[in-house]
Amino acid sequence: MTRQGAQEESDNMLIDEPQLPQRAQIAALPDEFNPSYLKLYYSKLFPHSDLYRWMSYGNDGKHPGCDSSYLGRREFSYTLDNDIFVRYNTFNSAAELENSIKEKCPLKIDIGPIYNLNPANRNAYAGDNVLTPVERELIFDIDMTDYDDVRYCCSGADVCLDCWPLMTVAIKVIDTSLRDDFGFRHILWVYSGRRGVHCWVCDRKARWLTNEQRAAVADYFRVYKGNENSNKKVTLMGQVLHPFLARSYTEVLKEYFETKLLTSQNILSSEERYEKILDMIPDQSIASELRAKWQDGRRSSSAKEDINIVRWEQLKQLLQRHKAQGVRRCVEEIVFTFTYPRLDMEVSKHMNHLLKAPFCVHPKTGRVCVPIDPNNCEEFDPTTVPTLTQLLEELNREGFRSDVEGEWNKTSLGNAIKLFRSSFLQPLLKSCKEEMESSYNAKLQQSKNLLSW
Amino acid sequence: MQVVRSHQSHSTFSSSTGSVSASPTLPLYRSAPELEVRLEDFESFAVDRLRVLKGISDGLSRGKKPDEMEKLVNELWKTNMRHQDSSQVLNKDIISHFVLRLVYCRTEELRKWFLSMESALFRHRFRNQTAEAQRAIMEEFDLPCKAVSNAEFESLKEKLGQVARSIGHNHSLPTADAIYYKVPFEEVPELVAGRKVFINQGYAYVAMNQVVSLVATIFRSLLSKALILTNRKWATSIREQEQHRLTPIVEALCSSYLGPDYSQPKEYGEISLKDIDQLAKSSFPLCMRHLYEKLREDHHLKHAGRMQLGLFLKGVGLNVDDSLAFWREEFSKKVGLEKFEKNYAYNIRHNYGKEGKKTDYTPYSCQKIILSTPGVGDHHGCPYRHFGEENLRAALSRMGVNSRAMEDVMGKVRNRDYQLACTLTFEALHAAPCDAGINHPNQYFSDSQKLLKAKKDSSA
Ligand code: SF4
Ligand SMILES: [Zn+2]
Repeated sequence: MTRQGAQEESDNMLIDEPQLPQRAQIAALPDEFNPSYLKLYYSKLFPHSDLYRWMSYGNDGKHPGCDSSYLGRREFSYTLDNDIFVRYNTFNSAAELENSIKEKCPLKIDIGPIYNLNPANRNAYAGDNVLTPVERELIFDIDMTDYDDVRYCCSGADVCLDCWPLMTVAIKVIDTSLRDDFGFRHILWVYSGRRGVHCWVCDRKARWLTNEQRAAVADYFRVYKGNENSNKKVTLMGQVLHPFLARSYTEVLKEYFETKLLTSQNILSSEERYEKILDMIPDQSIASELRAKWQDGRRSSSAKEDINIVRWEQLKQLLQRHKAQGVRRCVEEIVFTFTYPRLDMEVSKHMNHLLKAPFCVHPKTGRVCVPIDPNNCEEFDPTTVPTLTQLLEELNREGFRSDVEGEWNKTSLGNAIKLFRSSFLQPLLKSCKEEMESSYNAKLQQSKNLLSW
Repeated sequence: MQVVRSHQSHSTFSSSTGSVSASPTLPLYRSAPELEVRLEDFESFAVDRLRVLKGISDGLSRGKKPDEMEKLVNELWKTNMRHQDSSQVLNKDIISHFVLRLVYCRTEELRKWFLSMESALFRHRFRNQTAEAQRAIMEEFDLPCKAVSNAEFESLKEKLGQVARSIGHNHSLPTADAIYYKVPFEEVPELVAGRKVFINQGYAYVAMNQVVSLVATIFRSLLSKALILTNRKWATSIREQEQHRLTPIVEALCSSYLGPDYSQPKEYGEISLKDIDQLAKSSFPLCMRHLYEKLREDHHLKHAGRMQLGLFLKGVGLNVDDSLAFWREEFSKKVGLEKFEKNYAYNIRHNYGKEGKKTDYTPYSCQKIILSTPGVGDHHGCPYRHFGEENLRAALSRMGVNSRAMEDVMGKVRNRDYQLACTLTFEALHAAPCDAGINHPNQYFSDSQKLLKAKKDSSA
């Protein structure tokens, strides 16, 4: 029997026997991610139609302005079992998309750009007809591993509630700027399933940016220069900060640094750690003065107060009354270093980068890539995001019928899908409709004018 | 634009051409001018402009600072774009631009290069215009921006000042009569990337002294589109129609090498066969060293490789008899003496026989080598461009490049500054600067020999 067959059989067993005692079933579900449960997830819970409607951007309607080739030019790629990567899947309808996902049961679905031509037939094109991406959401990828030099609680792929605030900061800073500075409205934040977040900017204008313009936006967000071998990674130039940086600092970074990360990461508690910060101070005499104070040990500080806070206040006092501006600026540089978002620039700069679709299940953690509400992102807790196993247990508990799909409502996925619809999909589709209407009318008007000549 | 034989007189612009009326000194090249050009001007104007563009390219890839670039471009323009008849200066500017469009429209790579160099040049020239002329150009471009109204300005004054101070424009803090333009942020990517503007609700507020960036972006995108159209026209009609007249000129121009002539060895006279191994180690650039080593190893090279190395050796000073002996020695090991004399010797003699005129028989310039497209089994080309990273690193360390210099070289390679990578290699191996940069393998050779001789003399 093929492996595929074996999987189907075990899935069918789960579906067909809801009358089994609940306890036995729960025990039967191992904790880790299990690819064979994916099939069930895709058939019962995955919001296929939401993905379809999003990716259609209003072109799935009856309006005469709809472009029926639109969805078919979008690349979806699958990561299948055994690490097989299949690029350039395309779909012309909601049914095709859904059937394919259910049949192939991909471990991961990535979304690519919309091309000038249907990429599935890419080999048939010759000469001038080169496959080129023409439209793509502006995307951002923020990964906790890029923060390893400023978090002490975990490293690599792990995250915990002590370092997660770094992601909260990133969402707040980037989201505010995308909306207030760049004027974007349709922004989707998604938990990457393990240690980071993804951002999709879906406004029409964002989708049509050139690579150069994408790079410009990404660079606007960049404050990190230099390399592994220099201590001070953030260099803030100029007499004052650019309004975007100044706002980020006063509204987000400073608060998160002083009230959360400073103590949760114990940024100044040990010699090894505070040396890293003293290294960032350009005035050697101040650095030595602080070092002398801190080496003295805990004696000088009252036991009640957190040592990190005490030391931070001492540092600020000395630096902020310095006459050289470069030294005063150092306080901000330290805060930026320890809190400011670190983007994977390459992902944002090129239209043809792939990005994992929301509602995929992370194969290592089993967690679902759920949307994050940027307005309440401080409440998001990655450790309570529903896992595949948990969702299937919930389904089992509720008892489900094999002929009904989309039973997410009965599970803890329900809130995630509701959030996706209410805060992202519905407003987006409304704008798409309006834009389609107005551009269609403009075209009509134009052709009328042509006729009257 | 119409190209005529030289005996015909040429007319000047018809005054109706929009492109000149906007600004008398900085044309926007919106449409090809209606004027007749003499055939020799067609080529020589283009060559002059090419010198400017190549100079800019060289300066940029050497990482010259803005003020150094400013000086450099001024110099280049002054020395190359003059015309003894001052009424012809503008014509020369426009004609040369349109000729080079033909030359550089033909591949993506050429277009990209031309586009960045012309944009850099335009940017430089725009900055040197009077405020009035600048405004005229902006109007001509129909910029999608409007000056910020007083009320809006007042409400944003503080933020605009904050931006100005953040980029060190303290002297140009916004005053009441300051003009700001409000443009969609995507029109000024470079200002956005550097956080050099205030951005609010999708609009960037561009100060008058920053408009060059806006104008240059538009110039660039218009030119980019125009190049695609030119390419289409070239491919569908011009190439065919002009196959006996302009086409050969156009095709030669893009790989034309503008430095000194290396077809006749001058400085060091002849080299002899017995020295050649030693010289290959000490003074051959990587491209030639590689061909040379491959020839010694395989006793064979394909045609393009034989041409690249053979002409180089001719330029280096290997006479025709030594050259024959050299190739015979290697090839006979593989194909046998008889076959060599029959199939290969003629070509080698031929290379020597037709010196001078024909570009094909002068040693190849870096430009030409870099643009070549070696296939399977080929060893010609420029290693900096055509080798994979690993092979290149290995080849460089065999040459004796130390690890620190290696990173610099690889950095240039990643930026596609192949000639600069070669220059840095030269500098590392000779522990001496090479300010002119490497433009020709034979120049690499003669510069290297000069340095080595000087060293020998001083130690003697
Ligand atoms: S840059 Fe010129 S000399 Fe140097 S290796 Fe390439 S082609 Fe040869
Ligand atoms: Zn942690």
